[in-house]
Amino acid sequence: MTKDDRALRPSRRDVLKLGAGAAALGAGSTLGAPMIWAQSLKDVTLMHVGPSYSIFPDIVAQASADLGFKVEMQNAWTADIMARMMSQPESIDVADLEFWALQRIWRAGKLQAIDTTKIALWDKILPLFRSGTNLDGSPASTQGSLPFEVQYVAAAGDKEFAAGPTGLATMMPTIFNADTLGLRPDLIGRPVESWAELLNPEFKGKVALINVPQIGIMDAAMAIEARGDLTYGDKGNMTREEIDKTIEILTALKQDGHFRAFWTSFDESVNFMASGEVVLQSMWSPAVTAVRGRGTDCVYQGLKEGYRGWGNGLGLMGHLEGIRLEAAMEYLNWMLTGPYGAFVARQGYYSAVPETTQASLTPDEWDYWYGGKPAAVEIKDPFGAVMENPGRARDGGSFEARVGGIRCWNATMDEGEYLVKRWNEFVAA
Amino acid sequence: MTKIRAAQCLASPMLALLVAFSGAPLVMVVVLSFWSFDGLEYHPDFTLANYVEVFSSPVTWRIFFHTAFYAATTWAITLVIGFTVAYYLVFHVRNLKIQIGLFLLCTIPFWTSTVIRMISWIPFLGREGLFNSTLMATGLTDGPLTFLLFSDFAVILTYVNLFTLFMLAPIFNSMAKIDRNVIEAALDAGATQGQILREVVIPLSRTGIALGSIFVITLVMGDFFIVRVMSGGQSTSVVSAMKNNIDQLYYPQAAAMAVLLIATVILLVGSILRVVDVRAELAR
Repeated sequence: MTKDDRALRPSRRDVLKLGAGAAALGAGSTLGAPMIWAQSLKDVTLMHVGPSYSIFPDIVAQASADLGFKVEMQNAWTADIMARMMSQPESIDVADLEFWALQRIWRAGKLQAIDTTKIALWDKILPLFRSGTNLDGSPASTQGSLPFEVQYVAAAGDKEFAAGPTGLATMMPTIFNADTLGLRPDLIGRPVESWAELLNPEFKGKVALINVPQIGIMDAAMAIEARGDLTYGDKGNMTREEIDKTIEILTALKQDGHFRAFWTSFDESVNFMASGEVVLQSMWSPAVTAVRGRGTDCVYQGLKEGYRGWGNGLGLMGHLEGIRLEAAMEYLNWMLTGPYGAFVARQGYYSAVPETTQASLTPDEWDYWYGGKPAAVEIKDPFGAVMENPGRARDGGSFEARVGGIRCWNATMDEGEYLVKRWNEFVAA
Repeated sequence: MTKIRAAQCLASPMLALLVAFSGAPLVMVVVLSFWSFDGLEYHPDFTLANYVEVFSSPVTWRIFFHTAFYAATTWAITLVIGFTVAYYLVFHVRNLKIQIGLFLLCTIPFWTSTVIRMISWIPFLGREGLFNSTLMATGLTDGPLTFLLFSDFAVILTYVNLFTLFMLAPIFNSMAKIDRNVIEAALDAGATQGQILREVVIPLSRTGIALGSIFVITLVMGDFFIVRVMSGGQSTSVVSAMKNNIDQLYYPQAAAMAVLLIATVILLVGSILRVVDVRAELAR
């Protein structure tokens, strides 16, 4: 066998895969055929880039095993993913983004629209995403970037979002939650019921905010509105005057030493709380779970003014085509089948398709996380550490109550650039 | 002529590395700072808008001033500590072996990573940390001292902890080169200890002081991680402001700020080098 000859023949691996008989046939008929076989789904590797609360080795392993091709995950937060999508789009196949990111990035044309008929469970996705309504049929709050507002496009390649459902989705919704404040009940020692407590002088020097302008200002706005200083037209899309007034109030508080810190990473928020530096702060649900996993009491307190909501979805990068696009669609479908939903449920997040998540959770877990009922058994976090003892219930109640209580959504504001500028002034003050 | 040619050949690999990995990216940064930005993408252009934005913002001046404050304070403290320790090692420890042994002791903290040395201050200085618990247990204070952590104090403490060796080592090096006969001569001529320090030791250690100062100042000016962690996000350095811009995809503004910072640092280092001719002194 000469060197040239060998290059044209199927590799040993292809031969093994196809079985000796078929290989003999293939090699005997057309030389091009092995090239097509080599392009089988099994050889595809997909890169899913997403935030820490969505990226898990266990899920990678299970998806790869179930699907038969390789899925890889990389951790990056929404802003970093957007930056990568702009500068190195080829390095991502599936982008795990918060919905507000679409308001900024969709027009760049780096993502391709998803044909919803190819998502088997599309009709099982909550109406919150598909039609912008709550579980009881009432319209969801449109303050900020309600995922529904950026959910559809009318035609592939459109830069503007469609007002209502079409067959083309910008992203496939996966997980979402109703965010609130985290607190240390042992160090506060009394009930906390309102967002206004974030500004209460009683907690001077023991309060922290998230140092992401778009989200930090919304937590602050919830508190300022609750205290009655200001009523916002739309907390998720403030006017310049509203931004100015908010920053003014925050700056005065900061100079008075009201804030202990501003956190940038998940770990920082966990450490602030676990070490007792902070007793009340912006927080993510898994961070509360992490503090409790360390044996320190921490509550994700539902407050009377409601919640700040957010949602994540999976977007398909524009460069996906042919067999890789097929693989990505299979992966998206797999993500709704239950294992992933159950995994994130154990850190307090909701799945866009609760039905399949329920099937993947134990009834006790379902009742605790979604039902808001007192734990019947020890409840464990995704990594197996006990985070709740029998008898205690999740703060804020049932799935319906919590999601129905969302008053604004994480957002990209029209005055976003101005907001960032003012926020930087606040942090440097 | 051939000698110069040989020297040029020897230096060329280093030159190539510097051009490829420092020069080219730097040129990119400068070019980018003139590009326009539409909130999402940047386009090749020649606009001064990014510089106008940077110069017209009061925040820029505030954070440059604050970073300069960090740099000056850290420089002063590390200089005093570095000089004193070096002086002790060189002039009071007579045995060379002990001298080198003690100097190596100074480097022990550097056997662990910068991040670990920084983070380990947090449980020590925290509200429920070791230091505050001790103070309260001994009855020295009623409540925890909160200025210890997530404050300018914490930031400067960490800088001093991390960067003193960069001041100590070059000063130690240049002091060790001082000819003892010069000091003997000064003593014979009736100089006091103070006069020897002022007229002999300090002038002859100036190369070390200059090099140490350059290290410390550039390290502080270029930092963003220590400021962020140790101030609990409450303070902003020039680089952390740049990081904020980058997080929001505002690359051209970040580039303009970077150019401004580079210019400032070059100016500072340039003025140090004007006072002390480091090259001539090193060749001495």
